[in-house]
Amino acid sequence: MRPTRHVFYLALAGSLAAGFAMPASAQNTIKIGELNSYKAQPAFLDPYKKGWEMAVEEINAKGGVLGKKLEVISRDDGANPGEAVRVAEELVTREGVAMIAGTFLSHIGLAVTNFAGQKKVFFLAAEPLTDKITWANGNKYTFRLRATTYMQVAMLMPAATAAKKKKWALVYPNFEYGQSAAENFKALMKKAQPDVEFVTEQAPPLGKIDAGAVAQAIDDAKPDAIFNVLFGGDLAKFVREGNTRGVFKNRTVVSLLSGEPEYLDPLKDEAPVGWVVTGYPWDKIKTKEHQAFVDAYKKKYNDYPRLGSVVGYVTMKSLAAGIAKAKSTDTEKLVAAFKGLKVDSPFGPFSYRASDHQATMGAYVGKIALEGGKGTMADFKYVDGASVLPSDAETKKLRPAAD
Amino acid sequence: MTLSAFLFQALNGLSTASGLFFIAVGLSLIFGVTRIINIAHGSLYMLGTYIAYSFATKIGGVLGFWGGILATALIVGAIGALIEIVLLRRIYRAPELFQLLATFALVLVINDATLWLWGPEDLLGPRAPGLGGAVEVLGRKLPTYDLFLIFVGPLVLVILHFALARTRFGRLIRAATQDREMVGALGVNQSILFTSVFALGALLAGLGGALQVAREPANLATDLVAIGDAFVVVVVGGMGSITGAYLAAVIIAEVKALCIGIGVVDFGFISVNFSKLTLVAEFLVMAVVLIARPYGLLGRAQATVRSIAEPEEPIRPATPMLKALAVTVLALLLCLPLLAQSSPYLLILGIDVLIAVIFATSLHFIMGPGGMHSFGHAAYFGLGAYGAALLVKWLGVPMGLALAAAPLVALAGALLFGWFAVRLSGVYLAMLTLAFAQIVWAAVFQWEGFTGGSNGVIGVWPPPPFDKSWVYFVLTLLLAVTGVLLLRRFLFAPFGYAMRAGRDSPLRAEAIGIDVKRVHWLGFAIAGGVCGVAGGLFAFAKGSISPETIGVGRSIDGLVMVLLGGIQTLTGPIVGASVFATLQDTVMRQTEYWRALLGAIILLLVLAFPQGIVGAFAAIWRKGKIEKSEGAS
Repeated sequence: MRPTRHVFYLALAGSLAAGFAMPASAQNTIKIGELNSYKAQPAFLDPYKKGWEMAVEEINAKGGVLGKKLEVISRDDGANPGEAVRVAEELVTREGVAMIAGTFLSHIGLAVTNFAGQKKVFFLAAEPLTDKITWANGNKYTFRLRATTYMQVAMLMPAATAAKKKKWALVYPNFEYGQSAAENFKALMKKAQPDVEFVTEQAPPLGKIDAGAVAQAIDDAKPDAIFNVLFGGDLAKFVREGNTRGVFKNRTVVSLLSGEPEYLDPLKDEAPVGWVVTGYPWDKIKTKEHQAFVDAYKKKYNDYPRLGSVVGYVTMKSLAAGIAKAKSTDTEKLVAAFKGLKVDSPFGPFSYRASDHQATMGAYVGKIALEGGKGTMADFKYVDGASVLPSDAETKKLRPAAD
Repeated sequence: MTLSAFLFQALNGLSTASGLFFIAVGLSLIFGVTRIINIAHGSLYMLGTYIAYSFATKIGGVLGFWGGILATALIVGAIGALIEIVLLRRIYRAPELFQLLATFALVLVINDATLWLWGPEDLLGPRAPGLGGAVEVLGRKLPTYDLFLIFVGPLVLVILHFALARTRFGRLIRAATQDREMVGALGVNQSILFTSVFALGALLAGLGGALQVAREPANLATDLVAIGDAFVVVVVGGMGSITGAYLAAVIIAEVKALCIGIGVVDFGFISVNFSKLTLVAEFLVMAVVLIARPYGLLGRAQATVRSIAEPEEPIRPATPMLKALAVTVLALLLCLPLLAQSSPYLLILGIDVLIAVIFATSLHFIMGPGGMHSFGHAAYFGLGAYGAALLVKWLGVPMGLALAAAPLVALAGALLFGWFAVRLSGVYLAMLTLAFAQIVWAAVFQWEGFTGGSNGVIGVWPPPPFDKSWVYFVLTLLLAVTGVLLLRRFLFAPFGYAMRAGRDSPLRAEAIGIDVKRVHWLGFAIAGGVCGVAGGLFAFAKGSISPETIGVGRSIDGLVMVLLGGIQTLTGPIVGASVFATLQDTVMRQTEYWRALLGAIILLLVLAFPQGIVGAFAAIWRKGKIEKSEGAS
């Protein structure tokens, strides 16, 4: 058995050497750490990566920030909170990044949020939607870009109440995002329309929906309207089964995120016409800042932007704006600078609220329509995030961990 | 739920059952003959959907769709044959289960290759030409394609049944399933038999995947979902039984359809959403079936496989030289905090490696010397982690107490599950442990009020002075060394010899008065308890804990570490865990296609060290010693 020990030594030496290899730190760049579930959620995160790469290129072409170029060190977080925390530690301790950004799934965002609070690292949560990141589990060092679950639901409420339907069916993926969207919806609905009745709730496991049975169960409950939180592959299966079985006929459907090209485009000519959704009708937004973004994106990648592209792009633009305002990469100064920070985005200007660190970047609300054999959004309008967020005083109550 | 609604959901269940049957039947055939647990089976299924999508959209029409499905099945069958000839054939002589490692690497490679070829977006195929609509049944609309699936599953079952019963090839498969050495001894060309069975299994997986193209989008996560379903169906039905596979598929699909159909039920004091049960329904079915019928519904007791691998060397106590080396390593590790001042990440990686070492060593304790291949070791890691984290969250206990409680919680879990598990053996034991791990996972995932649901428990950080990495590293090192030495001590005590005797020859062990089941049960519990320490340390190292910690992925990681190091050696799991944890950390930084790279490295290691890394070096050294002694004489 003795030689086995030699191998043990070798392996150990190898692991130690791997740890020792310190990258030469360049003094004339600002290092930003980025982590995301690239392998687990490629449909959203591939465009997201293209988006932030384009932003970094634009920023650096103009000379960078504070006279230094931005350097992004990007990592896969393995779609696992424990792994994500290790990657975050690696970015901070080995790569020496000044701040971290990213994450997609809600529970991973929460784990990194908690890490940022514990280790006093600046963290900009790009995509995770759970309200807890800025409210219940919010901390001084974490800011978040995307409109939260609460905001997305609140944006759809006017349409949901205007439909004047009594019996609602709910369908949502069984994890944090789906559960909290359903809870928000039920609470807001009961407030706006006290006689509302929820006739069934279907909570299939994420990525494993048994679509035929779920669609049928909803149909059998005979609802007047349906509230949907499914996305990705689950949504595609549900829509196809629902269409074939006539589940959506004569029923109002209100649906989160389904207007985003990531989830709408795979449905092609089966896009469910008439659903009221939040999303991103990229080919129909004619504002100047958005047009410039689309043109640049198409030129660089020969592809159209998805919502992920916008999120990635604005993430880096936000960080650049924050560093410029703080005139430093010092964590405390960055936190101070991000409070009330104004950022220009393809959706227009927005700001990071000082009260709960949530960005007010909004989303587009409209109805799904079919044009030229492809799904798109019609009758849409931009809803400013600030208009659906609770007031600063109410926010204070939602955010027990004071800054 | 009305009667007609109930009956209609049963029809839905039947069409889903056909899909499950296609995934499972190939896996069952392959395992029956070659005894390979082919984790890449789900990947072949996924490839089927992608290839069929390309045919259906590029060629289009009736030919592109229906012709494409048949062509896809043949292509995937050919890929299967290629995998068997190029890769698996080279490692049949490796220790049991080692082929699993190779197919695990294939999962990683195939997934990245699919991403590279087809891109990241979900690809929803066209509706089936001629079967795009729906028919009225019981006042509801049933998609005609579902109706078609309801019939095509049993049709393939009947064809396969007659092929196995009436043809020479079928007889050979049945014979090899029962006793493959005997088939070989009778002069049957095993290479051709194995290749063709593997190709047939792959073809069925490809066909199953292709048939789904009209129902669901091609998606990169399908591979793991499909393999999970396939394992359950095969084990519930009985390994090697195709009728059993269909029966199991029907039962599982019906249970799920029923849960969905029932929906939310108000019991007055509590309202239960049965649709959430679909998360774990199949594993509950599997646990019940395995406890009641240890070989599945229609399976038979497995004939003991006379291993064609090299016989295992008996384990020996450490020589003085080995002890000296171990002390040196320990001293070096204790110096690590000093070296790490210039690169603090070293300690964080070191903590992760040490936690992996405890995890892998405890798994090896039951897999190697115990001969119990646990596919659900993550359960005890998770129980330890959650035990510690929840004590902190709800009772605010200090870290020391929480860490002490972690192994106790895991021990309790292992005592409970182990009692059932040791009644089985081989792959059935493996699957029952997997089912228990999934049940623990689902309980943690669903019990939101107590465990935090999918978010898990966050904010479990060690108090000072342990918040400094080097202090925590020393603590981890201390516990890792204690754990490893403790397990080693068990192995060289009479208890350890009894455990190995029970593994190698249960009958003789019973005859000399060893209560084999009891010894194995206690061994299982001890391994679980030690594993709980790793879980507790993990929770405090990351500051949070979530259901992923209990997921199948971690259990498979454990298997990979043990097999990579060498299952027949005691230092194997230590080396395997160190190499795998470091490799993963390094590889993930290198390239966007890190999964393919990791898979390729594992494939290389598999081909270079078919007995595991330590096993291979030990073999070389033994050979050298024999030559030397021969030269001297």
